[in-house]
Amino acid sequence: MKKRKERIDRGIKVRSSDIFALLSWREMLYLATPRILPVIVCLSLPLLLDPYWQKVLLSVAVVALLAISWDILAQTGMVSLGQALFFGVGAYCSGVMNHYWGLSPVLTIPIASLLGGLICTLMLLPVLRLRGIYFSMVTLIIPLILVRIVEATKIFGGTEGLSGMTPLPSKWFELYLIMAVLLVVLFGFRRMLDSDYGLVLKGINDNDRSVINAGINIYWFKAQSLFFAGAIGAFCGAFMTHVYMFVGMPVFALDYSILPIAAAVVGGPGTLAGATFGAFILVPMSEALRGFGGLRIVLYGVFLVVFIVALPEGIFHYIQRKYHQFERWVEVDK
Amino acid sequence: MMDAPILKVSDLSKNFGGVRALNRVSFDLQPGELLGVIGPNGSGKTTLVNLITRFVKPSAGDVFFKGKKISHLPPYKIVRLGIARTFQMVKPFYQLPAYKNMIIPLYSPRMRQLAGGRYGDRDAVALDLLEEVGFERDAFVAYKTAGALPQGYLKRLELAKAIALQPDLYILDELFSGLSLAEVASIVPIIEKIRMAGRTIIMIEHRLKELFRIADRVIVMNYGEKIADGPAAEVMEDEAVKSAYLGTETEDE
Repeated sequence: MKKRKERIDRGIKVRSSDIFALLSWREMLYLATPRILPVIVCLSLPLLLDPYWQKVLLSVAVVALLAISWDILAQTGMVSLGQALFFGVGAYCSGVMNHYWGLSPVLTIPIASLLGGLICTLMLLPVLRLRGIYFSMVTLIIPLILVRIVEATKIFGGTEGLSGMTPLPSKWFELYLIMAVLLVVLFGFRRMLDSDYGLVLKGINDNDRSVINAGINIYWFKAQSLFFAGAIGAFCGAFMTHVYMFVGMPVFALDYSILPIAAAVVGGPGTLAGATFGAFILVPMSEALRGFGGLRIVLYGVFLVVFIVALPEGIFHYIQRKYHQFERWVEVDK
Repeated sequence: MMDAPILKVSDLSKNFGGVRALNRVSFDLQPGELLGVIGPNGSGKTTLVNLITRFVKPSAGDVFFKGKKISHLPPYKIVRLGIARTFQMVKPFYQLPAYKNMIIPLYSPRMRQLAGGRYGDRDAVALDLLEEVGFERDAFVAYKTAGALPQGYLKRLELAKAIALQPDLYILDELFSGLSLAEVASIVPIIEKIRMAGRTIIMIEHRLKELFRIADRVIVMNYGEKIADGPAAEVMEDEAVKSAYLGTETEDE
């Protein structure tokens, strides 16, 4: 009996456009693995790690969420250099609600996410018409302006910040809350971007003229995308406010803008999963390099450059391509 | 007796810096008419389209559609009123299958406005529309990525995107350019069909022979001005038109 190699996804692709016609357990596993694996990893990691790495996991998830937020904007044609804006606004929203009005984190975190998303959208509304680097510049500058406003006017505790926030009930609550949100955001927004609605958003990035020509108001759609990204970023800020039990000027730090972009670029932009993947590589790597002291940033930078030169498409796209090329032996008829 | 014009362009002008791209162009368009707009390169044909659809803001002049002034509206609102255009440079979403390119026009709020609107499964509607413009249903062309399609299919896709919006006025900007005679011949019946449905069409063209077969009326542009307006045969006899296309004759000849 002669045999030849065939790609596993071939049969699946041929038989389906939207409906999957599966013939074997292997095909089912092939489709299910990329969906189930991240869920298993995200839910089991908190149990497997020691307390120090559990803390690291929190920042991994935060950077992953910020990277997803960046990726959503980028896919709608807005390259943001200011994820810190979303993070900071969310952090101050929940901080103020908790510190001055005594609202519990159960309320402040969701309210701050939505309110933060709304505030960020309104702040950037006047510059939605700007394209490319001009939009990026504005997003870079606004958080810097907000820091100076807090410093100069001494509102919300000024340079001291606000401390003594209500902590979240337990570290397990913290870990599983952020992991659950990460999974919901990752799968939810991936689904959204694959829908017809998402196609319109991506169309704005690709060729906005053609979207306008369909009678669609691109600024309304850009504003919606901005709200999604803003709300995700604001959630991160609000969450970390209650984890650190503190909110202050550092929430507008450049780190929150740069790290997510690095994660998205290393992981592979345009898929959300790539951005998440990038965060899971970069943040632990940065922690692992702590032993090198002053050389840490140098090594970190070299790693970044090597990744980008060797895999310009991003790690996720590379893995995805290899996964699609998985082969199996099939018997040739006759 | 003449009906009220569906489109009225009055004294439309556009300056780009010191350059006068369009100078006080006026014309009326009757419902159901097929108007050809011709002229040498750089004569302001595409500028005229961009001003009517307001992708470019006019320096002066007004445009009225069905008696309503539209020259102050943003382009997406003009589309919703029922003007759809195609672009000279087709720029589809290259990585997407051809039929997925149809999703964006099908997502248009205009679909919601139209009574009943062809809604529901956009993929199915997209495939129907593509079949109308000659994407053979059994040949899987509609499933190919747009980047892999030949120019003829890209132009048809562009036309299908306009048809999807079910506009009252089509503005087709050099739909025939870059196509072979056979490809043009296969698109002409689609345009005839649009006319039979009572829609109004403006065609910007360089392919005069093909255009004159279907156009009711032709406007000739040169240096941003309208130099002639009338049935094709009359217009081509006009001295100004001849000199614009062939250059001025000298006495020695």
